[in-house]
Amino acid sequence: MNQVNNFTKGFFRENPILVLLLGTCPTLAVTSSAINGLGMGLATTFVLFMSNVFISMIKGFVPDKVRIPAFVVVIASFVTVVDLLMQAYTPALSKQLGIFIPLIVVNCIVLGRAEAFAAKNNILSSAIDGLGMGLGFAMALVILGGIREMLGAGSLFGYKFIAESADGILVFILAPGAFITLGFLIAILRKLNKTS
Amino acid sequence: MEYIIIVISAVFVNNIVLAQFLGICPFLGVSNKTETAFGMGASVLFVMTLATIVTYLVQVFVLVPLNLAFLQTISFILIIAALVQMLEIILKKVSPTLYQALGIYLPLITTNCAVMGVAILVIKKDFNLTESVVFAVANAIGFALALVIFSGIREQLALADVPKGMKGIPIALVTAGILALAFMGFAGLV
Repeated sequence: MNQVNNFTKGFFRENPILVLLLGTCPTLAVTSSAINGLGMGLATTFVLFMSNVFISMIKGFVPDKVRIPAFVVVIASFVTVVDLLMQAYTPALSKQLGIFIPLIVVNCIVLGRAEAFAAKNNILSSAIDGLGMGLGFAMALVILGGIREMLGAGSLFGYKFIAESADGILVFILAPGAFITLGFLIAILRKLNKTS
Repeated sequence: MEYIIIVISAVFVNNIVLAQFLGICPFLGVSNKTETAFGMGASVLFVMTLATIVTYLVQVFVLVPLNLAFLQTISFILIIAALVQMLEIILKKVSPTLYQALGIYLPLITTNCAVMGVAILVIKKDFNLTESVVFAVANAIGFALALVIFSGIREQLALADVPKGMKGIPIALVTAGILALAFMGFAGLV
């Protein structure tokens, strides 16, 4: 039961984007479509999962004073792995996400979970925590990307559902739309949280 | 002329915060007061310029000749973290007044993706050293500009009657969106 709770907390109660407001830079930058959001979400999930497991393994013999730099090196290594894998297997997506792949390393969620959770818990809990948090992050990215894509391009995951000749509300795909959509999304979520 | 284009493009057209989404965390975090916004802006200017120079030199003279370009992410983040620490120690000794002014912002900058982002961007764009420095300074000015304007608006916003659910972060994000919309007016400039 405890592990289930550990897994699901990342989706709603402690959703990294919508509730904790961590990692806003990639959130806003890559969510111009649902697919991009999903790609970024899964890349971050991989890094979170692997770094949480690894840090939980090494926590016993890393001296307390150098723990942050040690964590950063671990995270940066996995980010490099993801970056190279994506360049090799999904070159189009890798190009779309651009510098935001290497920038996963400065995403506060990853170091935040390492410091707040993996450094204190066993490997299994840390793995579940990383997976839950990562998928919660991915879920928020897909929702945000989906809304922006529907409003801005009239399509979802690339399938257009308005007339071929019609255009969406372009501003939602551009930078201002990202801020405005996220603002309203958080406001709606707060309202829902309060009434339930 | 070329440098002027880099500057105008980085400050207004492709503003680092409002168009490229780098450094959103401090943008939302320390923009409640204009005074702190200035402090943060100055610190970022300082660190970003230094970090870009150092990472550029490391990339060109160490990583590329040794065929280690894949270590870019790891080495850049470590360089930036070490640089910020060193800067903190040096400032404390050399100029206590400056340390007082910038001190609290320095640790925050390590996790500021704008610094790392600019360091990677100058490599991606194949800039030479002077262009890189100009680009870094211009981006830092763009960051400070967006931060100061935004903090001014937020100071006014604190007095406004905002619907309950929109208070705090949501209204700040919507405001940032409108500010980004305004900055899109510069799009045809370069």
